[in-house]
Amino acid sequence: MKTSPQKKQGVSTTCQAVNDFVVRFANTNGTGSASANNMFAKAILRMGIPVSAKNIFPSNIQGMPTWYEVRISEHNYLARRGGLSELVVAMNAQSINDDIASVKSGGYLLYDSTKSLSDEQIRDDIHYLGMPISAICLKEYQDPRQRQLFKNVIYVGALAALLDMDFTILKGLVRDQFKGKEKLITPNIYALELGYQYANQHFICPLPLKVESRDLVKNRIMVDGNTATGLGAVYGGATVVGWYPITPSTSVIEKFANYCARLRIDAATGKKNYAIVQAEDELAAIGMAIGAGWNGARAFTATSGPGVSLMAEFLGLAYFTEIPVVLVNVQRAGPSTGMPTRTQQSDVLACAYASHGDTKQILLFPQDPSECFTMSAQAFDLADQLQTPVIIMSDLDLGMNDHLTDEFTWQDNQHYQRGKVLSKAQLDELERYGRYLDVDGDGICYRTLPATHPDKGAYFNRGTSRNQYAAYTEKSADYVENMTRLSKKFITAVQYLPQPDIQQGKKRAKIALIYYGTTSHAIVETVDQLKAQGLSADTLRIKAFPFHQQLVDFINTHEQVFIIEQNRDAQMKSLIVNECQLDPNKLNSILTFDGLPITSQFIVQQVCEHLSAQQSNQQVS
Amino acid sequence: MSFQKSKFHHPRLKVNELGLTYRDYEGALSTLCAGCGHDAITSAVIQACHELSIEPHKVAKMSGIGCSSKAPNYFMSKAHGFNSVHGRMPSVTTGANMANQDLLYIAMSGDGDSASIGFGQFAHVVRRQLNMVYMVANNGVYGLTKGQLAATSDKGVKNKAGEQSLFTDIDLCVMALQLGATFVARSFSGDKKQLVPLIKAAISHKGFAFLDIISPCVTFNNHAGSTRSYDYVHEHITTGAVADFVPIKTEITSDCNSGECEDVCLHDGSIMRIHKLEKDYDIRNPLKAISDIEAHKAKGEILTGLFYLDPTAADFHEINNTSTTPLNQLSQEALCPGSRVLSGINDSFK
Repeated sequence: MKTSPQKKQGVSTTCQAVNDFVVRFANTNGTGSASANNMFAKAILRMGIPVSAKNIFPSNIQGMPTWYEVRISEHNYLARRGGLSELVVAMNAQSINDDIASVKSGGYLLYDSTKSLSDEQIRDDIHYLGMPISAICLKEYQDPRQRQLFKNVIYVGALAALLDMDFTILKGLVRDQFKGKEKLITPNIYALELGYQYANQHFICPLPLKVESRDLVKNRIMVDGNTATGLGAVYGGATVVGWYPITPSTSVIEKFANYCARLRIDAATGKKNYAIVQAEDELAAIGMAIGAGWNGARAFTATSGPGVSLMAEFLGLAYFTEIPVVLVNVQRAGPSTGMPTRTQQSDVLACAYASHGDTKQILLFPQDPSECFTMSAQAFDLADQLQTPVIIMSDLDLGMNDHLTDEFTWQDNQHYQRGKVLSKAQLDELERYGRYLDVDGDGICYRTLPATHPDKGAYFNRGTSRNQYAAYTEKSADYVENMTRLSKKFITAVQYLPQPDIQQGKKRAKIALIYYGTTSHAIVETVDQLKAQGLSADTLRIKAFPFHQQLVDFINTHEQVFIIEQNRDAQMKSLIVNECQLDPNKLNSILTFDGLPITSQFIVQQVCEHLSAQQSNQQVS
Repeated sequence: MSFQKSKFHHPRLKVNELGLTYRDYEGALSTLCAGCGHDAITSAVIQACHELSIEPHKVAKMSGIGCSSKAPNYFMSKAHGFNSVHGRMPSVTTGANMANQDLLYIAMSGDGDSASIGFGQFAHVVRRQLNMVYMVANNGVYGLTKGQLAATSDKGVKNKAGEQSLFTDIDLCVMALQLGATFVARSFSGDKKQLVPLIKAAISHKGFAFLDIISPCVTFNNHAGSTRSYDYVHEHITTGAVADFVPIKTEITSDCNSGECEDVCLHDGSIMRIHKLEKDYDIRNPLKAISDIEAHKAKGEILTGLFYLDPTAADFHEINNTSTTPLNQLSQEALCPGSRVLSGINDSFK
């Protein structure tokens, strides 16, 4: 007999929504839940409905609580929504009390009812969907590992019935996932069906909360930023990698290695057109990339905060000796070890000014995986053209979570820009070569690579001060000349870097929002929500440092300027104030640093609070 | 300051196969102290490269920081050099070599650079079997910062200021042997007759060649009581086996495989002729080499010569199965998979 969801007396509201709600999965890490949850998100995507998925996981291998939040949004709002969830799938006894509390009033809790809930765990305002999943698995499977793994697939099957998902799509996903391991297809589909049938038999399906097929995904793809960055490096021509594992950057190199193993093996010889070394530490990792860059190969490494600290000395060497190198920084939260599995944008200053002395670095800020791909490939051109490190400022949310993003694109007629490197013939024509002679007046000098010419072009590359001919010197005038030229090069760099993305109407809006990186996911939604309150906003997304003049113009032509950042200390604001010599009072910071991806809800609330505080101040005065 | 030497040379100076004289292998004028052992190493490197007819521009001179690391500036000014950061020469050389395996990597390091700040990098470059010549100019002291004890200073000795070395000393040859270096030798900057052939052999060896060269610091570690002074080393040096380097194409006239002499064929066909001064000396046994080094040390002697040689071991690129075309010379066509492949990759994310 079918029963309606277990209802306690007094449940007065029921969440109703089509294609606009959040499902939160609570699991134990190391139990195989990630692939099942991923399959759930992908199935909705294949129904043509935009989704975003956030993995909120511990710095641990097994046994700790982990959450996966899937936002389904036909408005294409792809940021984390925040707040409570309409549907919570609570599969972790450790965290169940928190999970019950995370259900929105009128929402649903799908839980394992093998063990019944205590009275304190019953809320009056939510619907309970009890399913004895452990008991089902105990009956169906002999092997303890299978009991654990299929539990996840079973609840995905149940969700398919509850949310009215297209079951054939789910089955298709199973077939895709186990391509090459066909033996696993039937048992997985069987587990899906177990859940699907149980839900259909025991609950009124679908719930008022459901999905309907749409055609809103179009050509977009669902992929994480680290995969995109690794692939971008393959397309950008990187051949040498030194690296040291660190969350959340590790998969950048793993993906690079995987794609190289597929795409970079010489067909005739079977030999590798690349070399990757897992180094002894981050110092060696960037040291290798710099050594290779000096020798004319495209080289990179990837790391996160603690690794950036360790690499700082080498970044100064590459800046001062003008060696191209690419560093991917997948930022995580906090000083020291901090929160290794949470996201932040808190390395902006540490990277912009990485290393002692007067040092400045080029930064790129990708917003989504598609841009990770493009910027990763482009970074190698920039590093070669500018002869200096280029740091790609990704973050954990971008790097490790799947994002719905535009397809990767590559123009086959685009050629690698290798910058000013002298050939043997060019050296032959030169009377005297000077490594640090500013021949073109743009601050960028001509490099030579070892073994180019038997008699000309060799120099002793050194981190000590030197004159224009690379000879050691402690003469003040030579040092000042060199450092001044490096400043000039940094100004030249602006014209090579991607311009800010500015969205503004013909009529200036009163409010201006400046943001960068993954904050962009929350911006479309923020602008819509502000508009609904009668507030229009112009926006500017910073894509690179050093900054373009457009940023200063944008700030100067707006009355209320907000800079939205995911760090405590308003690092981008400091950088803008410092580099553009602006009045800090002109810029209002909106800052979040709890380690979770920023939400539009938070931004709108901060903007409104600021405006009303301002209004009441004006009234008082 | 860098001072360049005069380019003038005597018209009858001996030329090598490339038509180059010894002076074509020189670098800038040394700014090290007069009598510094490092300058003798520099001149041994110049002689070895000249005699081997190495093309100077196909050499990469690598170093870290310290007196020793300045030395590459004083040889082969036609070669590119990379004076990196303190203790990090091994990683920079690894990357450079990954990018272009066709160059000859001659690296100069010191005891501070390799046995202290760069000890980790030293250990790992040995493990990686990087094809390079790794020389340590070992003077047991920090010269550039004026006389502090180094980790290679023998335990118990005092530096010039009277400070005693209280902790266990590190023997980099022993470390290199344990970590799998395929060429390990120790020499003395004051014994050019031994040093030059060892440098030649190290250059000809395909794989990681480690040379620890006792190189007295005349300013800070040449006093009575030092175990790295010229006098002390001269009095306590002993040699297990010396090497003669017989270049490829040279006819071998005498058969040498007797008990005191052994010919080892290197990968390029040249010969390393080992003269054993101790009868049971075995250059193919790294464990015995370690115990020999320790046994001599216990007697207060410094054992020098070739300790270990494995001419057949695979180097980094053979292990990695790297393309024989250097990676820095691959074209965009070889590196970039193109848009068609990309559209297949896009499909895998739908």
